[in-house]
Amino acid sequence: MTTSSSLVYLIALPLAGAVLLLLGGRRTDKWGHLLGTAMSASSFGVGLYQLMLMLDRPTEQRPVSQKLFEWINVGEFKVDAGLLLDQLSICFVLLITGVGTLIHIYSISYMSHDKDRRRFFAYLNLFIAAMLLLVLGDSYLNLYVGWEGVGLASYLLIGFWNQKPAYATASKKAFVMNRIGDMGLSFAIMIAFATMGTVSFAGVQEHAHHASEAALTGMGIMLLVAAAGKSAQFPLQAWLGDAMAGPTPVSALIHAATMVTAGVYLITRSNFVFDAAPTAQLLVVIVGAITLMFGALIGTAKDDIKKALAASTMSQIGYMILAAGLGPVGYAFAIMHLLTHGFFKAGMFLGAGSVMHGMNDEVNMRKYGALRKFMPITFVTFGLGYLAILGVPPFAGFYSKDMIIETAFNAGGAKGIILGVTTLIGAAITAFYMTRVMILTFTGTKRWDDNAHPHESPWLMWLPMAVLAIGSVSSGYLLSSGGALENWLHPLFDHHAEHEHHLLEPIVVSAMALTMVAIGVAIAFSKYARQEVSSVAPENVSIFTKIARQDLMQDRFNEAVFMRPGQALTTTLVAADEVVIDGAVRGVGQAAMSSGSALRGLQNGYVRSYAALILVGAIALIGAIWVVVQ
Amino acid sequence: MTFTAPVLSYTLLSPILILLGGALIGVLVEAFISKALRPVVQLTLTLGTLLLSLLQVWRIRGEQSLTAAMGSLVIDGPAALLQGSILVIAIISIFLIADTEHFTPLAAALPGSAEEREATQAGNQVTEVYPLTLFAVSGMMIFPIASDLIMLFVALEMLSLPLYLMAGLSRRRRLASQESALKYFLLGSFASAFFLFGAAYLYGYSGSITFTGIRESVIGGSGNDVLLLIGMAFLTIGLLFKVGAVPFHSWSPDVYQGAPTPITAFMAAATKVAAFGAMLRIFYTVFANAEWSWTPIISAIAIISMLLGSLVAISQRDVKRMLAYSSIAHAGFLLSGIIALNKAGLDATIFYLFAYGVATVGGFAVVTLVRDSAGEVTDLNRWKGLGKRSPFAASAFALFLLAFAGIPLTSGFIGKFSIFSAAYEKGATAVVITGVLSSAIAAFFYIRVIVLMFFTDAVEDGTAVEIPSVLTRATVVISAVITLVLGIYPAPVLDFITNLAIFIR
Repeated sequence: MTTSSSLVYLIALPLAGAVLLLLGGRRTDKWGHLLGTAMSASSFGVGLYQLMLMLDRPTEQRPVSQKLFEWINVGEFKVDAGLLLDQLSICFVLLITGVGTLIHIYSISYMSHDKDRRRFFAYLNLFIAAMLLLVLGDSYLNLYVGWEGVGLASYLLIGFWNQKPAYATASKKAFVMNRIGDMGLSFAIMIAFATMGTVSFAGVQEHAHHASEAALTGMGIMLLVAAAGKSAQFPLQAWLGDAMAGPTPVSALIHAATMVTAGVYLITRSNFVFDAAPTAQLLVVIVGAITLMFGALIGTAKDDIKKALAASTMSQIGYMILAAGLGPVGYAFAIMHLLTHGFFKAGMFLGAGSVMHGMNDEVNMRKYGALRKFMPITFVTFGLGYLAILGVPPFAGFYSKDMIIETAFNAGGAKGIILGVTTLIGAAITAFYMTRVMILTFTGTKRWDDNAHPHESPWLMWLPMAVLAIGSVSSGYLLSSGGALENWLHPLFDHHAEHEHHLLEPIVVSAMALTMVAIGVAIAFSKYARQEVSSVAPENVSIFTKIARQDLMQDRFNEAVFMRPGQALTTTLVAADEVVIDGAVRGVGQAAMSSGSALRGLQNGYVRSYAALILVGAIALIGAIWVVVQ
Repeated sequence: MTFTAPVLSYTLLSPILILLGGALIGVLVEAFISKALRPVVQLTLTLGTLLLSLLQVWRIRGEQSLTAAMGSLVIDGPAALLQGSILVIAIISIFLIADTEHFTPLAAALPGSAEEREATQAGNQVTEVYPLTLFAVSGMMIFPIASDLIMLFVALEMLSLPLYLMAGLSRRRRLASQESALKYFLLGSFASAFFLFGAAYLYGYSGSITFTGIRESVIGGSGNDVLLLIGMAFLTIGLLFKVGAVPFHSWSPDVYQGAPTPITAFMAAATKVAAFGAMLRIFYTVFANAEWSWTPIISAIAIISMLLGSLVAISQRDVKRMLAYSSIAHAGFLLSGIIALNKAGLDATIFYLFAYGVATVGGFAVVTLVRDSAGEVTDLNRWKGLGKRSPFAASAFALFLLAFAGIPLTSGFIGKFSIFSAAYEKGATAVVITGVLSSAIAAFFYIRVIVLMFFTDAVEDGTAVEIPSVLTRATVVISAVITLVLGIYPAPVLDFITNLAIFIR
């Protein structure tokens, strides 16, 4: 394989930024944000350079690797700290550093009044470095380091304003739920080592054929648990909504465009495992399908603009996971949707941030209305993102989402029908709640208080939004024209199992999808544009709305099923620990102490007793020798 | 009657000759240099002598000779390692001894007498302690390389007599100090008598006083075994007394407590190296072929030393006594290295001796720092909250305690691990199990002190931590660094020991 010595700079630059800013302390306050942005931008530059080099090479030589150092060498267990940049990881590298840089620029202005802006940029850089390590690691163990790193950065950033107890709790919740996923990943690594004796991607791919299906299924399920934790998929989805406590640029970067898509990366990267473990693959599809409905339903009832977008993120990642679960035909579309989603969702989050910026940090959409006139640029960029997520041609989402719906139908049999219908209904609900967001925020009559003075954001903020809007418009066409992304990723996946059978023609799928979208939009219009919207959420609503407002009872479920029994278990264990184990230890300690005190009596301070003791010892010694010799 | 002039190889003997020369000059300094200059001159002289001797040890480290002193002394790898360890320990102890606060101004005066007061007011110092230390060190250097019974006895007395004296030199609580010195002397003489008695039996058994001669008789098996066994037993008693193994340990808590703390540090660390060095040579070479007779006995002594030392240490309220019992337990741990009787056991014992000796000096050095207006505070209850008042002293002490307990990342862990694995390799399972169990018991009281220092609120009783002088600080820092380095990256030292530690016979 081609080797390169410059891959490490991708990670080293932002990492150096984080270290400098964290250790530099207040001295770096003045220029910390500039340094952070520069580091992210130069990492993007290295990424582009690598892309150029990669394009120049013939297909089979495109992946490059770099061995950093021998990391672990214990008996049979050898792991190098190595990086791998192939067609899949370059997509992520450019997305992470590109969108990351835009969000750095945006944050310069967005966080300008925060006295801890330097620390914020340090964490952002830390996140970029960790996320790059996640996608560049050449083994599961290297990936795991990045995986934990982004978890840490996410925790730090969600709780960035931890002076508010609710925000601190939110970051803790995200961290704890992510630990469950992390445990899954570590189990998957252990299974890989136990059955195949290696944890590198190449090694597992090579040995996967010899491993038993049971082992691969176990590994696949554990990988799915990991992906569910990181990507907020059912049943580990509950943390994402609360994660919106973080500053909005964080929500855009980490909780929309990049980190939460790590699960999709993991499953796509482990394609060799899932292709050989149909049961695990089926579970992936099921989790994706459930989550895409789950997120969409929550999205319909949210009045908090960021939480509505978060629910939408959850749902859209459900689409990606579903596609990734469909096997070789779906991987490329999962990644495509991931990339287009990275543009339009990040753009919309930045738009939401822009709105909040102009509205005294108000997040309740019922207090917005008619902002179109006051924030024209935000309205346009947000609107383009809106069209993209709906899947209106020729915007980005049209290409990527349609492909997923089409692939779902083509999965064949009842499975195909169920998945196809689910994705279609999901598209309709998406259209409904996104239209609702648009109407409540930008059109209708003004519902804000008199002390709000909505205004357009400064150029440092709208420029990144504009760039992302361009992506929302064009990325779908660019990635899919001539099957560009599909062909690009093609060498990575195993296409043996691929069998072409079209249940529905692409044009039919598009027509159905557009019809569903139109229905969703129409319902939203009739409900929110035709009648006056109340500035407080109505109380006398149907039971379904109530449930949806409570995030489909996810927290209550977790509380009842996991937290309370868990708490009871720990209470019992603590009690048992105190009585049984501590009791035993104290008993032994007491016994030792009392025997010690008894023996102390020998030490009475008289030389004559000491000499006698020596004499007795000598006699005993002679006696003992006598016994031994006899 | 004709005398043949002895042939001596001066280069190989130079480490010892340098020390003796330095000690003699030290005596002259006492006589001819003015009182004011003496402390500086003596310290410089002593330190220079020790360093020069260490340099010589380093330079001849690869040499081997049975005839360096007409067959009375043997020069080989273990000799160099043990002598080097003794010298390093002596050097870091000297810094501690040089802190003037610890010694009586006039040793000959009665406690509380007018002469003593006068001497105190005149600011006298007993600088005699420096040549005494050098004499003791020379004895310790000869002890592990002696290769006949006479030389062994001379070395034993040579290291003991200065120590008896020094134990009685404490500035505070002089009566207790003098009492401990007398006890040490009386019991030491008693043990020496056993030693000589055993030596006589061994001569009777083999007709030779040289180790080679005794060894050949043991291998030949021609002599009377009863003579051998009695001789071996009594000789061993003399040695076990010096290392403080049960039941010949009773002097050590009293002496450790009564002696001036710097002397306790030096004695506890260096004497152990010397005495165990001699035991290693005797059991690994002279008595190696009579293994069947002594292994069970030494195992039993090791087991009761470990258990009694650890158990009694728990109920101690005085930090110096606690360390004394801990040293008894450590004598037991070290005996398992004798039992191992293999190359791994030899290497491990030498490493353990060095690591333990350094940590011991460091530990006692911290003890000298904790004081109130009446001198050192050794009551553990008054160490509460030390971590807040003096993080330096408390964390250094915590490190040494962790090393004694054998917690990983300290030298103690590597030492315990290697010595127990050597004994296990030999099949001494009972010793190893007891060793691990008593390590656990010991960890209890070591860690209790750490809890006391860091997690208990202080009582306001005027206990202050003296701001460490440069010298004491040097002792603590050097010991701490060695303890940590040997715990984190012991490989070079272990390799060095393994390559060098081969007895010649």
